[in-house]
Amino acid sequence: MEQIPILKLGKFLLVTIQVDMHDQMALRLQDELTNRIVKENAKGVLIDISALEIVDSFIGRTLANIAAMARILDAETVIVGMQPAVAITMVELGLSLPGVRTALNVERGMEILNNLLQEDSDARSPK
Amino acid sequence: MLVLRSDSLPLLSSDDIVKARQMVRTWAAELGFKLVDQTKIVTASSELARNVHDHGKGGTMFIEVIEDGDRKGLRLTFQDQGPGIPDIEQAMRDGYSTSGGLGLGLGGAKRLVNEFHIESAVGKGTTVRIVKWI
Repeated sequence: MEQIPILKLGKFLLVTIQVDMHDQMALRLQDELTNRIVKENAKGVLIDISALEIVDSFIGRTLANIAAMARILDAETVIVGMQPAVAITMVELGLSLPGVRTALNVERGMEILNNLLQEDSDARSPK
Repeated sequence: MLVLRSDSLPLLSSDDIVKARQMVRTWAAELGFKLVDQTKIVTASSELARNVHDHGKGGTMFIEVIEDGDRKGLRLTFQDQGPGIPDIEQAMRDGYSTSGGLGLGLGGAKRLVNEFHIESAVGKGTTVRIVKWI
């Protein structure tokens, strides 16, 4: 069975979706990613969807679920690289991905995660 | 209305949903749809193929290139012999779902195409036909 690789980048995990995912594959990604967040003590997840040609309601819901599960596990998720045609279609479909952060590319997504991590550690350190 | 080309694809497994998307993408690109319109019809087909698979216990997608006067389009028909939909109006509404999904499938697919037609009979099955013109 085809696997979606999950790479560790410092405190973050990077997932690059390179294939047209069938539904079971999306659900398996959800399981594997939550397990890896705990195992690696990851503080953030970047999901690169630049190779995805569509995001339908099922894939959209899976991405939103991953972000919600990651948040409960103390990790933030940023979806990066969405194609413009995909964004236009998603909005017309009625999918707005509430609660999911997005960035144009991996570098910008990484900046967002680093800033969040910084804010978090500032908030936790005694004044 | 002329049918210039036609084919069909069984929708029995979730792999077939991926195949349906790829087939619609290829046909839409060959017909000359712009990228955004390709994306819209592929997304609509993904929603409708998933309905056939998840709710209709499998079925068939029919794909046709049609010509009406000087315009051409892609017509897709999704047919299943599943349990049917008792209340179509309710099923078309955003947020209505019997499967724990987002309930965007039918209403969302309708917004992505030019023509949308649904027929359903309880105990007999459901047929959804969509058209996108170039």
